[in-house]
Amino acid sequence: MSLRSPLGRVRGLGSAKTGTDHFWAQRVTAVALVPLTLWFVYALLSLAGADYATVSAWLRSPVNAVLMLALIVATFHHMQLGLQVVIEDYIHGEGIKIACLMIMKGGSLLLAVAAAFAVLKVAFGG
Amino acid sequence: MSNGDRPLSPHLQIYEFSWTMAFSIIHRATGVGLAGGTLLMVWWLMALADGPASFDLVQSVVGSWFGLLCLLGWTWALFYHLCNGIRHLFWDTGRGFELNTARDSGYVVCAASVVLTGLTWLTGMAMGALL
Repeated sequence: MSLRSPLGRVRGLGSAKTGTDHFWAQRVTAVALVPLTLWFVYALLSLAGADYATVSAWLRSPVNAVLMLALIVATFHHMQLGLQVVIEDYIHGEGIKIACLMIMKGGSLLLAVAAAFAVLKVAFGG
Repeated sequence: MSNGDRPLSPHLQIYEFSWTMAFSIIHRATGVGLAGGTLLMVWWLMALADGPASFDLVQSVVGSWFGLLCLLGWTWALFYHLCNGIRHLFWDTGRGFELNTARDSGYVVCAASVVLTGLTWLTGMAMGALL
């Protein structure tokens, strides 16, 4: 016996309306963030109390710049996936929910672009 | 077909408090808090790209007692979310769901998040003093 509704069987999708992409993307970014986060904490500790020139020089190092970019991509992707679930759980009106999701996803993308731009500007000697 | 007479699950206040439910909602709360924390990270990076004056402003705000308090909170939130995230990844392999195991792994996460926060700040203060 199947517990799926006839309509659900026809469409082949559950009430989430998508497959497992969201779940997997959240896990993959989570795994990536374990080493990246630990590296970032280590980096911030090594820069504790450092002045502008020291921090700029640190970010001009290609390895640090690349790891910062990877951290930014993984962080903001993971963040918008997580916040999406929070919004879907607590906001039930369809219109307001879609509005909140748009603002949150647009905001996340904007923050990610700003962070990545800042890293590149410093890294390229701006 | 009608699904109108399906039983509803009880609301949250029906259940007796358990630490596993607290660990669960703290994971979500720290996740949302860390999302707020990314604003500081972006501000810090943008200020660094903008120049010494902007960067010094961020450093002075972060270095104030309120800034340091926020930073301490975010450090703990980061380590809690990181440790509990690893607990979740372990669950994804289908292991660790026994009631005692799930509760004990939650205790380990709490202890680890506090210890790592303490170690990080002690190291940070030592580094700050050295510079």
